[in-house]
Amino acid sequence: MAAISNSIFSPATAARFDYLVTIYPVQRSALVPMLLYAQDDIGYVSDEVVAEIAKRLDLLELDVRNVLSYYSMLRTKPAGKYNVQVCTNISCMLRGGFELLDHCKHKLGIGHKGVTEDGLFSLEEVECIGACCWAPAVQVNYDFHENLTPAKIDQVLEDYAAGRGTDVK
Amino acid sequence: MPTLVSHPDEVRVISRRFGQGAADIDKYLELDGYKAVQKSLDQGAEWIINEMKASGLRGRGGAGFPTGMKWSFVPKQSEKPKYVLVNGDESEPGTCKDHVIFLHDPHAVVEGTIIAGLAIGAKMGFIYLRGEYRYLLKIVEKAVADAYAKGFLGKNIFGREGVDFDIVTQSGAGAYEVGEESALMESLEGKRGVPRIKPPFPAVVGLYGGPTVINNAETIANVPHILLMGGPEYAKLGTERNGGTRLFGISGHVERPGVYELPMGYSLRKAIYEVAGGIKGGKQLKAVVPGGSSCPVLKADEIDVGLDFDQMAKAGTMLGSGGIVVLDETVSIVEFALRTIRFYQHESCGWCIPCREGTDWLKKTLTRFHAGAGNKKDIDNIQYLAENMMGRTFCPLGDAAAMPTLGFIKKFRSEFEEYLEGKRVDTPLIQIQPYGEPELAGAH
Repeated sequence: MAAISNSIFSPATAARFDYLVTIYPVQRSALVPMLLYAQDDIGYVSDEVVAEIAKRLDLLELDVRNVLSYYSMLRTKPAGKYNVQVCTNISCMLRGGFELLDHCKHKLGIGHKGVTEDGLFSLEEVECIGACCWAPAVQVNYDFHENLTPAKIDQVLEDYAAGRGTDVK
Repeated sequence: MPTLVSHPDEVRVISRRFGQGAADIDKYLELDGYKAVQKSLDQGAEWIINEMKASGLRGRGGAGFPTGMKWSFVPKQSEKPKYVLVNGDESEPGTCKDHVIFLHDPHAVVEGTIIAGLAIGAKMGFIYLRGEYRYLLKIVEKAVADAYAKGFLGKNIFGREGVDFDIVTQSGAGAYEVGEESALMESLEGKRGVPRIKPPFPAVVGLYGGPTVINNAETIANVPHILLMGGPEYAKLGTERNGGTRLFGISGHVERPGVYELPMGYSLRKAIYEVAGGIKGGKQLKAVVPGGSSCPVLKADEIDVGLDFDQMAKAGTMLGSGGIVVLDETVSIVEFALRTIRFYQHESCGWCIPCREGTDWLKKTLTRFHAGAGNKKDIDNIQYLAENMMGRTFCPLGDAAAMPTLGFIKKFRSEFEEYLEGKRVDTPLIQIQPYGEPELAGAH
């Protein structure tokens, strides 16, 4: 499919999408990563994102929504600038994952899938993130923070609030 | 950054390059990198498959299927293109071994993928990482780009006329189910990750309808090492029909959690008490979930067993993904069972009724039980539900939810009964009324 004029995405993301649709034996294979990269760019998968991705991949919007609703990392409304994802699955649970979640809830004043009023943080209780041997672990956006305690997560959150946090995209 | 651990009992094959900067292609080359693939180009497909068969390597994802045999099932002639698919959708609770491989030795995965392609006659491979592993995806993407730049990927690889191989790296977007091989293919085709009915098996009809070999990332990363040391040498490191070594992630209540490479057949007791330093804080061991959360639990007196596929099966559990989760005496099995089933309920893709409804009813029943509103009949009901999920779904997720549940009920039934009589944990970890949420909304 030809490049889209007036794309809603940043030039870098749009260029990446122009490339992604060319590398697979079947173009539709780009759909799942495209949805995630679009979310990284726009903040969430909006109606406009669905429409443009459908157009780029020559799919029905329905096809895109069908896939969108399946994957747990994809969201259809904005999260905080820093999405704090606390794992409470078994390995993290055994080493204080629930205490950490509880601590974050009170510290940020929000519950699961809540967003702080200033839009800086959101909180999510997540399933296993693959950091079991360094539990309890938290992901802030895509960055892993491991072997945490309430005091350590306070420091992590303060760093992000002060703009010092790492944020791999 | 995950901390690296070590223990004198480790036998380093796959972890040989960990911590040595091998994510850099020049360093990888210095450490015998890309030698195995060149040897494979000289020796040919039959040699590769024979070496793999001789190595006794069994799939490291959890099912333990012999890798060499899997590769030999791919038809030599095919009208449709063949593919290699590397499963790095590591999502089984308790498992973080592929995490370490992608971080420390991504080129081993790239090299292994090319070799698998040579073995089955494929010209294209995919390396699929779970969406959460973005920083690892970037490391793997760089490894692939560097391999292209050196001429190890693309057209006429390693200067061999007519030998082409391409690798595409792919990100998931959060779904445990996509770790199942047919659901992984669906996801890679841009669809919901629901399983396909088998047969046909992927070796015959797989990705885009072409013959496909799907291997776990650890399985693939082992391949270059095996071909350099020789299949029979690798086999000798392990036990009968369980060749080689394996990365074991030991987590939970141990002094030194971490990912250790131990020979297949190594004692589970020693892995916990010696390698991982014993139970945290000098407490008593209560139970072990030996191979990721889907494996039936072992009680403290059942850990004198060797860590290989056959010995674990004989002990009534599974080696699974090698994620050993250790529980000390303070853990409430009721609570642990609830947390386990909550995961499977969340991750069931909803395609098969026994799994979709079964996990939901198990979660509902256990949630009520845990909240103190259970009755004696619930215990039998939980068992009945789980027994009726076993073997009745397209993919193993239904079994993965049922097996641990049955294990908890069968081995710790008295604890469930005592729970009814009021013997509970003082402060439940799983909150009954979550903060900041509507009453009874639950976390998921």
